Amino acid sequence: MNVQIPALLILVPFTAAPLCVLFRHAVASWVIAFCANFFSFFAACVVLSHVRSEGVIRYKVGGWMAPAGIEYYIDTLNAAVLVLVSGISLIVLVYSYHTTKKEVSLSKHHLFYAAWLMCLTGLMGIAITGDAFNVFVFLEVSSLATYMLISFGKDRRALTATFRYLIMGSVGASFILIGIGFLYAATGTLNMIDLAERIPDSESQRAVLVAFSFICIGVMIKAAIFPLHAWLPNAYTYAPTAVTAFLSGTATKVSLYVLLRFFFSIFGFEFSFGQMLLTGVLLPAAIVGFLLMSLVAVFQTDLRRMLAYSSVAQLGYIVAGIALASQAGLTAGIVHIVNHALVKSALFMSVGCIIYQIGHAHRPSFDNLFKRMPFTCIAFIISGFGLIGVPLTVGFISKFALIEASLEQNYWWLAVLILVSSLMALVYVARVAEVMLFRKSRQETPESSGMSEAPMSMLVPMYLLIAIGLYFGINGSATLSLAGEAASQLLSGFTMELSQQ
Amino acid sequence: MNPLWTLVPPLAVIPFILFFGEKRRNLREGSIILAGLALLLINNLIYNDLMAGGMPQSGEFALMADYSLKLSAEPMGVIFGLLASFLWVVTTVYSIGYMRGHSEINQTRFYTCFALALAAVMGAAYADNLLTLFVAYEVITISTFPLVTHVGGEAARKAGRVYLGILMTTSIAFLLPAIIWTASVSGTMDFVPGGVLKDAGLSNGALAFMLALFVFGIAKSGLMPFHRWLPAAMVAPTPVSALLHAVAVVKTGVFSLLKIVTYTFGIDVISISGAAYWLLPVAGFTIVVASFVAFTKDNLKARLAYSTIGQLAYIVLAALLATVMSVSGGVLHIVMHAFGKITLFFCAGAILVALHKSEISKLDGIGRRMPITMGAFFIGSLSIIGLPPAGGAWSKLLIAGGSFDSGTIIWAMILMFSTLLNIAYLLPISVRAFLKPDPTLAAGERATMTEAPFACLWAIVLTATASICLFLYPAPLMTLIGMIQWR
Repeated sequence: MNVQIPALLILVPFTAAPLCVLFRHAVASWVIAFCANFFSFFAACVVLSHVRSEGVIRYKVGGWMAPAGIEYYIDTLNAAVLVLVSGISLIVLVYSYHTTKKEVSLSKHHLFYAAWLMCLTGLMGIAITGDAFNVFVFLEVSSLATYMLISFGKDRRALTATFRYLIMGSVGASFILIGIGFLYAATGTLNMIDLAERIPDSESQRAVLVAFSFICIGVMIKAAIFPLHAWLPNAYTYAPTAVTAFLSGTATKVSLYVLLRFFFSIFGFEFSFGQMLLTGVLLPAAIVGFLLMSLVAVFQTDLRRMLAYSSVAQLGYIVAGIALASQAGLTAGIVHIVNHALVKSALFMSVGCIIYQIGHAHRPSFDNLFKRMPFTCIAFIISGFGLIGVPLTVGFISKFALIEASLEQNYWWLAVLILVSSLMALVYVARVAEVMLFRKSRQETPESSGMSEAPMSMLVPMYLLIAIGLYFGINGSATLSLAGEAASQLLSGFTMELSQQ
Repeated sequence: MNPLWTLVPPLAVIPFILFFGEKRRNLREGSIILAGLALLLINNLIYNDLMAGGMPQSGEFALMADYSLKLSAEPMGVIFGLLASFLWVVTTVYSIGYMRGHSEINQTRFYTCFALALAAVMGAAYADNLLTLFVAYEVITISTFPLVTHVGGEAARKAGRVYLGILMTTSIAFLLPAIIWTASVSGTMDFVPGGVLKDAGLSNGALAFMLALFVFGIAKSGLMPFHRWLPAAMVAPTPVSALLHAVAVVKTGVFSLLKIVTYTFGIDVISISGAAYWLLPVAGFTIVVASFVAFTKDNLKARLAYSTIGQLAYIVLAALLATVMSVSGGVLHIVMHAFGKITLFFCAGAILVALHKSEISKLDGIGRRMPITMGAFFIGSLSIIGLPPAGGAWSKLLIAGGSFDSGTIIWAMILMFSTLLNIAYLLPISVRAFLKPDPTLAAGERATMTEAPFACLWAIVLTATASICLFLYPAPLMTLIGMIQWR
C-alpha cells in the first residue's frame, strides 16, 4: 500500500469539488465527481484490507509529529466506515445522474456535485481523523455541504427543512466544539490517543464531565438519536431523492461512528459506561425511539417520510446494541450500522425511482404500480424484508445478533421489545407492498396500464446495492467478524503499536 | 447423496419455466414434471443411502459466525422429502388439467412460485438445525404468498393480509425468540437425538414457556387460535390448496414441531418436565372445535380446510404427548393425512372444473356424473376418518396408543370423539353424491358422465390408490420410522 493513500483518500474528492465548480458543466461535473469518488472508494478498500491484515495505520498529515500535527488513525472500525461511506456514495452517484437531471435545474448541477463531493470529503474526514478538533472541522465541512444538498430539493419545503436542520445541526456541532474545548482545557491536547491517555489522570475531572455531556448531546443530535431526531424526517422527505439515499446510508452512520470513537476510545469504556452510566441514557432513548418511531412510521402515507421515521427507529437498534456495552452488543450495533446503511439506501433509491416516474411517493395515490414498475416494486419489497429482518437478508443478521446480545445479559424484555418493533416494521412494509401489488387503477388510462420502468442507470445501481445486501445477508459471517474485530478494538482502547511510519 | 441436491431440481427448473412461458406451455409443464421426477429420484437415492446405514449430509455454510446452514437426512426428513416430492409430480400433472380447464391467469408466475416453495420445503425437510429450518420456514411463507393471492382482487388481498400477517407475525414474535433462546441456553441450534436442552438448566416452567413459544410460533401447524390463515388461503387455486395447504406448507409446520420435540427438546425432557401440560388441551380443543366448525361450512374447500386444522392438531397432540409411539404416529399421520387430504382437494377441484360447483349443498347426485372422482372422494374420506381400508387407520391407532402410553386416556377419547365428528361431516358428502337424486335431471333421465380432464382424473385415482396401498403395506414407512433415534 502506498504510504500516502490515507491522505489522498480525503484530498482527491476535496480538490475535485472546486474542479466541478470551475468546469460549470453538468455532465463534466458528474464525471469528475464519479472519478474522484471511485478513487476514494478504491483507496478505502485498500486501506481496509491493509488494516485487517497488518493492523492499525497512523498517518501524520504533512509530516508533523502527532501531538502538534494532525494524525489520521485508522483501525478496523473506521476503515469499514470509510468503505461504507465511499461505496454507498459511489453507487448513489451513478443513480443520481438521472434524478438530478429531473430535480435540479441544469445550471446548478456543478454546484450540486461540488456539494456532494464536499459532503463526502467531510464524512470521510470525520471517519479517518485521529484528532478531536479535526473531527469538528470535517463535521462542519460535511454539514454545510449537506445543508446545501438538501436545499436543492424541488419542493419549496426543502428550504424550511434545510433551515431546521441548519439550526439543529449547528447546535449539535457547537456542542461538540464546546465539548472538545473543555477536553482541551482539561488535558492540553487534541490528539485522540493523547486524550485517551490523559483524561483519566486529568486534574480537572469536572471539565471532563462537562465535555462528556456536551459531546454526548451534540453527537446525539447529529446522529438523529431519539428524541433529538426532529430535523431528520423533513430533511429526508424534501431533499432530492439521490441526496436522501446518500445521506440515509452515510451521514447518521458517521455520526454514530463519532459516538463510538468518543465514548469507547477516548473517554474509555470504563468511564463512559461505568462512571457516567451512559447505558442509562442511551438504552431508554433507543427503546422509546425504535418503538415510537416504528409506530409513527406505520401511519405515514408518504413513503419517504415513512422511511425517514423507520431510519430513526433503526438507529435505535444500533444505539441499543451500543448501550449494552458488551462485545456482543457492540458487534450487533456495528454490524447494523453497515446493514442498515445498505438496506435504507436501497429503499430510498427504489422510492426515488417511483418519484422519478410518477412524480410523488404518496402511498394512497399509487395505482397499478406493480404493473408499471415491477422491478422497482420488487426492489422495494426485497429491501423491505431487510427492515423486517426476514432470514437471508441483512436485517436478520443484525436482529439476530442484537437479540442474542440482549439475552446474553438477561435483558429478555429488550428482546421482546425489539421483536415488537420488528412486527411494526412488518406492518409498515406490508402496507406499502399491498398497495403496490393489489391497488388497481380506478380508471384505465394509457399511462397507468403500460410498463414505465425507471431508466437502467437507476435500476442497476439499486440492484447492485440490493445484491450486496443479499450477499451479506447470506454470508453474515463476513460482516459479523469485521464488526466483532472492530468491537474488540473499541473495547480495548487505542492500539499503540504501529503498522508503519 | 448430498441432500443439497434436493434443492437443485426445483430451483433449476425456474429459469426454464420463465423461459418457456405461456407461449410454450407444454414445454413449461414438461420441464416441471421432469424436475419433479428428478427430485423424486434424488430423494429416493437419499433414502437408499439412509437404509444402507449412511447419514447423508451437506457441508456447512456459516450464516453467522457460530451458526450455519446445513442439511442432513434423518428418517423423518426422508419421509417428508419423499412425500412432498412424490406429491409435487402428481400435483403438477393435476395442475395441467386444472389450470387449463379453469383458464387461470398468470400460470407462469404460479408455477415459478410453486417450484420455489417446493425447494424451501426440501430445505425444511432436511434441515439439520433450527436456523436452517427457520430460514426455510420463512421462505415458504413468502414464496406461497403470491400463490394465495393468485386470483387478485379484494378477496385475495384480504386473504393475503391474513395469511402473511399471521404466519409472519407468529414466526417473528414467537418462533424466532424461541430459537435464539434455545441457542443461547444450549449453545447450539443443531438437531441432536435426545435433544439439547437436557442439561441446559432450564426450570420446568421455562421449558413449558419455551415449548409454548415453539408450538404457537409455528403457526403453519394451524393450531388455534392462530389457524385463521388456513381457511383464508383457500382462495388460492385448488392445486395450491391441495399440495401446499394440505401437504407441503401445513406439514412443514407439524413436521418442524415433531423435529423440535424429538431433536431439540427430546421426548424424555418433555414428558419428565411436564412442559406440554398446558398445551395438550389447546391441541384437544382445536381437534374438537375444528371438526364442529367444519360441520357448519357449506363450501367444500372451507370444510376441507377446517378438517385439515383438526387433523393437524392430531399431529400436534402426538408431538406433545411425547412418547415414542405417539410421535411415530404423528410422523405416520403426516403421510397418511397427506394422501387422504390431497385426494379430497383434488376431487373438490375436479368438481369445480367439470361442473363449476363449490358448495356441498349443490352436490346432490353428482356421483352418477363423476363416479370416479366421487369414488376417490369416498376413499379419501375414509382415510381422514381413520377407517380401514385406508391408511389413516394406522396413524390414528398409533396416536391413540401413545395417549395410553402417556397415562391419560382422555386424549384417546377426544380422538375417538373427533372420529365420530369426521364421519358426520365427511361421509354425508359421499352420501349426497351417490344416493340423492340429481335435482337438475328430469324424472327418468339418465345422467351423462362429465368427469374432469384426464390429467386431473389420473392424479385423483393415483392418490386414492396410494391411500389404500398405505393401509395394506405400511411396512417400509414403519421401518423408516423405526430408525428414528429417540434418545
